[in-house]
Amino acid sequence: MPKQLIKGNEALMKGAILAGCRGFYGYPITPANEITEAAAYYLPQVGGTFLQAESEVAAINMVYGASSAGVRCMTASSGPGISLMAEGISYLAGSELPCVIADITRGGPGLGNIAPEQSDYFQVVKGGGHGCYRTLVLAPACAQEMADLTYLAFDLADQYRTPAVILADGFIGQMMEPVEFTLAARAPRLPEWAVDGTASTRRNLISSIYLQPDDLEKHIRMLEAKYARMAHNETRWENYKTDDAEIVFVGYGISSRILKSVVEMMRARDIRAGLLRPITLFPFPSDELRRLAGQAERFFVVELSTGQMVEDVRLAVEGRCPVEFYGRCGGNAPSAEEIFEEVFAHV
Amino acid sequence: MSELKVIHEKAECLYGNYDRKGELQHQTHYCPGCGHGVAHKLLAEVIDELGIRDRVILVSPVGCSVFAYYYFDVGNVQVAHGRAPAVATALKRSHPESIVITYQGDGDLAAIGSAEIMHAANRSECYTALFVNNAIYGMTGGQCAPTSLLGDKTTTTPFGRTTANDGYPLKVSELLSALDGPVFIERGGLGNAKQILQTKRAIKRALETQMKGLGFSLVEMLSPCPTIWKMDPVDAQRHVREVLAPIYPIGNKLDRTKDRAPRAAAPPPPPLSELPRILKLPVAPTDAPVELVKPDSEYRIKIAGFGGQGVLLLGQLIAEAGMDDGLDVSWLPSYGPEMRSGTSNCHVRLSTKHVDSPLVSRPNVLIALNEPSLRKFIATVDTGGLVLYNGDSIPTDCIRTDITMQALPFASIADELGSPKVANIVVLGAFLAATNALPLAVVDRAMARVVKGEKWLEIDRRAMARGIAEMQSTEVKVHV
Ligand SMILES: Cc1ncc(C[n+]2csc(CCOP(=O)(O)OP(=O)(O)O)c2C)c(N)n1
Ligand code: SF4
Repeated sequence: MPKQLIKGNEALMKGAILAGCRGFYGYPITPANEITEAAAYYLPQVGGTFLQAESEVAAINMVYGASSAGVRCMTASSGPGISLMAEGISYLAGSELPCVIADITRGGPGLGNIAPEQSDYFQVVKGGGHGCYRTLVLAPACAQEMADLTYLAFDLADQYRTPAVILADGFIGQMMEPVEFTLAARAPRLPEWAVDGTASTRRNLISSIYLQPDDLEKHIRMLEAKYARMAHNETRWENYKTDDAEIVFVGYGISSRILKSVVEMMRARDIRAGLLRPITLFPFPSDELRRLAGQAERFFVVELSTGQMVEDVRLAVEGRCPVEFYGRCGGNAPSAEEIFEEVFAHV
Repeated sequence: MSELKVIHEKAECLYGNYDRKGELQHQTHYCPGCGHGVAHKLLAEVIDELGIRDRVILVSPVGCSVFAYYYFDVGNVQVAHGRAPAVATALKRSHPESIVITYQGDGDLAAIGSAEIMHAANRSECYTALFVNNAIYGMTGGQCAPTSLLGDKTTTTPFGRTTANDGYPLKVSELLSALDGPVFIERGGLGNAKQILQTKRAIKRALETQMKGLGFSLVEMLSPCPTIWKMDPVDAQRHVREVLAPIYPIGNKLDRTKDRAPRAAAPPPPPLSELPRILKLPVAPTDAPVELVKPDSEYRIKIAGFGGQGVLLLGQLIAEAGMDDGLDVSWLPSYGPEMRSGTSNCHVRLSTKHVDSPLVSRPNVLIALNEPSLRKFIATVDTGGLVLYNGDSIPTDCIRTDITMQALPFASIADELGSPKVANIVVLGAFLAATNALPLAVVDRAMARVVKGEKWLEIDRRAMARGIAEMQSTEVKVHV
C-alpha cells in the first residue's frame, strides 16, 4: 500500500471514518480545525453526519445523543473546548457511552495561545469532569499513529463502553508525515444497548442517575472494575533502547520524538540512554516504569508543560530512583541539544 | 366530565407498573396537582393516538421531570441539565425515522439550555420540544427561574423579582417564533380542562409536524407547581389561568406547516468498497518503482520567509518527493498568528533512516526567503551546511565561512517568469541543483500531484528548470 503525505489531524479523521465513525459534532478551534474540516468534507460522502455545533457544550452533548443512538461518533477540540466539554464527558462516562474525543493541545491557561503544549494532561488523564470516572487516553506520536490509534480508540471505546480520548499536541496534529492506510473499512454497527427508535430497543435506557446511594455505589464499583480491566489489558507503551539503559527518558507525543534524538546523541557518546514512551496515558504503564526502576540510575521526564505526567512517573517509581524533569511551555519546544545539556546540568 | 375521564385512563405507552422506580411503583413521584403529571398523560395519549410508541425516543431533562423514563414505555435517554436540544439533534439525525421528543422545564430550557434550544430551533431540527413552564425551579426547591414573574418571592429573590436585578420574564415561545427555522410553536396551559384539551391538540399537531418531516416544533405549557407555590392544587390551577396566562398569552405563536416542505431523505450510504476512493487514499503508482538502495543522507531543512512566499508549499513539495523517493520524511509548519502577522516557516526532514524528531533545531539546509529569517536562523545552521538566500547578496554581518552560502534573487527571477508566486519553485530547483538530494523526475511527479491546474504546473516546471540553471551557473555543490 503506497503512503500518503498527510497532516496528523487529517490522518486522524480518515482513520476514524475507516473505523466506522459516522457522526462528528464539533466547534472550530486551532489547532484542531483540520479534523473538523475533514469531517465536514468526508462524512456527508459516506452517509455520515457532520454538524458544527453552537459550542463545545452542545457538541459533546450531540456526541452523547449520537452515541445513545448507537452511532460511532466523535468530536475534536483543544484545551478551552475540552474544558467546556468536561460535564458532558462525565455524563458519557457515567452513562457508559462510547465515543472518541480528540484533544489537539494548545497553550493555556485561559486563552493562552494556539501553539503546541502538553498541558492538558491533568485535565484529560485525571478526569476534568466530576465524579469517579476515567477515560481511556491514547497519545499518538506521529501521523501514522493519529490514524491507527484513533481506529483502535473506536474499538476500545465500544469494547469497554467508555469515552476514549486522543491526546495529541499541536505539533502532532499539524505536521505532515507519510501514512499507510492499511486499516480495513468497518461497517457501522448498532450495539444492543442503543436507543434507535424501534420496537426492539424500546426498553433501552441511557442514563447516569442512580438516586439511591447503594445503587450509585454499585454503579461506580462496576465502573471501577472496568477501569481495572482496562489497566490490565490495554496498557500500551514503547521501549526504545531501554534494555541496558541507565538513563531512562520518559515522554509522550512530540516530546518522545525529540527524546529519541537525545537518546541517539547520548548513545553516540557511549552513554546508555533509552526512552519509555507511554502510548496509553490512562491506563498508565506504571508496571513497566517500576520494572525499569530496578535497572535505571535515573529517570528524566520531558513534557511541554511545567510537569504533569511526571507526577504519575514518580508515583510509579515510588522513590526507587531519582526522577528528574525538564519542561518547556507557552508553545516552545526544547531542542534535543537543550535537553542533552539539561541532563548533565545537575549531575 | 368525560374529558377528565380520558385523563385518568392509563395510556398504553405508559408502563403499567413503574419498575424503574425504587419504591411506590404504582404512583408517580410528582406532587399532587403537579402539572408534570398532567403533561405526561397528555403526551402518552397523543403517542397512543398517533400509534408511534415504538418509534419514540424521549429525552428527559434535569428538573422534577428527570425521571420521565420511569413512566414512558418508549426508548429513553436521560441527559445533562439544559442539553436536551443538542442530544435530540444528534438522535434525530442519527435515526431520521425515529420520533424524538424532549421534555424540559423552564430552568432547563430557558436558562442553562437557552443556547441549545435557540440553535436547535434555528436549524429547525426535526424533533418536538415539550416545554413545561412553571415559572420556578421545582427540583432544587424554589429558586428564581427566567420565567418567574416580576415581584415573585422565590428563595433566590427573597424580596421579590425585580427588573433591576433579575431582568424580565422570558417569553420563550414568542422569542423562538421570531426565528426563521421553527415550523410549529404553541403555548398552552394546564389551568383547567379547556386549556388542557387545547394543549393536547397542540402536542398532537407538533408531533404530526415532526412525523411529516417538516422541522422543529415546540409546545410550551403553563404548569402548576402547587408545592413550591405553596398553594393547593385548585388554587395553583387558578394561578395558571389568572396570573401566568395574562403574562404568557396562550395560543398558537407560529404555524408554518403549510409552507414548509418535508426534508429530503438522505441518499443511501456508498458501499464500503468505495471508501478508499472517497477518502482519497493513495493508489499504487503505475510508473517506475523507486530506487531502494541509496547512500545515507540526512537533510534537516528549515525554510523561512513571509507568509504568501510559498514557504509551506516548498517544504511540502520536498517532503512529498522525498517520500516518493523512499525516504522517511516529516514536514512541520509554523501555524496560527505567526502566519497572520506575516512570517512563516517550516521544518522538513528527509532521511534514509527513521526520522526521530520532526523539529529541526540544527538545520543543515536553511532556505531564507527574507532577511529577518536569515538573521533569525543563521546561527543555528550546522557546520558544513547550506544556506540559500533570496537576495542579491548575503548581508556581510551574516556571512559564515564554515558553511556554503548562496544568494540568488529568486523573487526577481520569478517576476521575469511572469509570476511572483513561483519564487518558491525557483528555490526548489536551486536546492536540487545544489544538493542532488532528490531525482528530478521524482520531484516532477510530486509536483504534478500537488499542484492543481495545468497552467500552474507548466509555470512551475519552467520555474524549477530556471532555478536549476541559475544554481548550476554558480557552481555551488554541497553534500550534506
Ligand atoms: C449543571 C447543573 N447545574 C445545576 C443543577 C441543579 N438543578 C437541577 S434541576 C434545576 C432546575 C430545574 O428547574 P426547571 O427546569 O424549571 O424544572 P422543574 O424542576 O421546575 O420541573 C437545577 C438548577 C444541575 N443538575 N446541573
Ligand atoms: S415541586 Fe413542583 S414541579 Fe416538582 S413535582 Fe412538585 S409540584 Fe411538580
